Amino acid sequence: MSSTATTLPADRVGRSMTADEAAARSGPAPYSNPYLAGIGLGLVLLASFVLMGRGLGASGGVSAVVAGLLNSVAPAHAQSREWLAGYLADGANPLKEFLVFEGLGVFAGALLSGLLARRAMFIIEKGPVVSRSKRLVFAFIGGAVMAIGAAFGRGCTSGQALTGGSLLNLGSWAFMLMVFAGAYAVARLFRWEWR
Amino acid sequence: MAPLFKYGLFSADTSLVVAFIIGIGFGFFLERAGFGSARKLVSQFYLDDMAVFKVMFTAIVTAMLGVTYLTWMGVLDLSLVYLVPTYLAPQVVGGLVLGAGFVIGGYCPGTALAATATGRIDALVYGFGLYAGTLAFAEAYPLVKSFHGMTSLGQVTIPQYFNLPYGLVVFAVVLMAVGGFWGAGWVEKKLAASNGGSR
Repeated sequence: MSSTATTLPADRVGRSMTADEAAARSGPAPYSNPYLAGIGLGLVLLASFVLMGRGLGASGGVSAVVAGLLNSVAPAHAQSREWLAGYLADGANPLKEFLVFEGLGVFAGALLSGLLARRAMFIIEKGPVVSRSKRLVFAFIGGAVMAIGAAFGRGCTSGQALTGGSLLNLGSWAFMLMVFAGAYAVARLFRWEWR
Repeated sequence: MAPLFKYGLFSADTSLVVAFIIGIGFGFFLERAGFGSARKLVSQFYLDDMAVFKVMFTAIVTAMLGVTYLTWMGVLDLSLVYLVPTYLAPQVVGGLVLGAGFVIGGYCPGTALAATATGRIDALVYGFGLYAGTLAFAEAYPLVKSFHGMTSLGQVTIPQYFNLPYGLVVFAVVLMAVGGFWGAGWVEKKLAASNGGSR
């Protein structure tokens, strides 16, 4: 990573640019210092505890949306699914849910940050050797595997690792250590996708 | 006194606006950290960029210290902050499965949302996978229900379970994080040196 700027394009050498010109020509801004970003994230989480009495989350919002979608196409079937029943009890609207609105905010906040840093662009993130279509197939599979893990874990990296971790929740810490263990255990098998 | 919502300082409808604003902050810092990029995220598991570990544990320590001091100052009633109940065996298995999904898919649910917002097509497709997996789990739930509900320990924290003073566990986590940050920096340097600074 540190060697990316060893050769400058010819038109950027030997002539001075205004600040605006430089900004428009330069690529994406570098990412924040991880410790500063972590403090920011921690303060948002703390604000959620103080304001709402609950932490952050993401996979719960997915379940709420799935309950809502299924309920709109096959209400009887959706309501008979015990796993989704909590979102549909007493005719409740599953989309009027903390995690759904928080998720909309995540989308808006990330877009804002990405635009400010010139990082918002339509691309497929993948390693240099894997084909685009194969990467997309495995993105889908990874999402499905993740959803099943989150269902057994009662949350994901946001709701369990981050939120439960900071509350010293026993199950969250067991879960979080296993997330790292599971990821390191299979990393070699999927190296072709990333390296 | 906090949590403000639990003390009725604003309505359920207002809480959805609060949720949206909290989400903006969450998404903003996820993207700032580089977590809108699958390649950046999975680098953690190939040991050449430990940002996932650094950001996550800095956030955990920051929020943990905030919660601890606000509780000691009598501002926050921790008993009113929701704690997910512990189900040890399914959570251990769930964590392993989720970790594998992280490497295969390149994202976790929250970071996928941030990545979709910044145009990552693979994150959008990953999101469809999340919905499909959730639907599949909802359909298969009767088959896995007994395992899903095994080893229930209720709402329990590490200090409660091991009967340790809360402050001592907080202190141990801070020490562990600082040691981890030092170790993460060491691994990154070591790998950069062995790669000759280029890849």
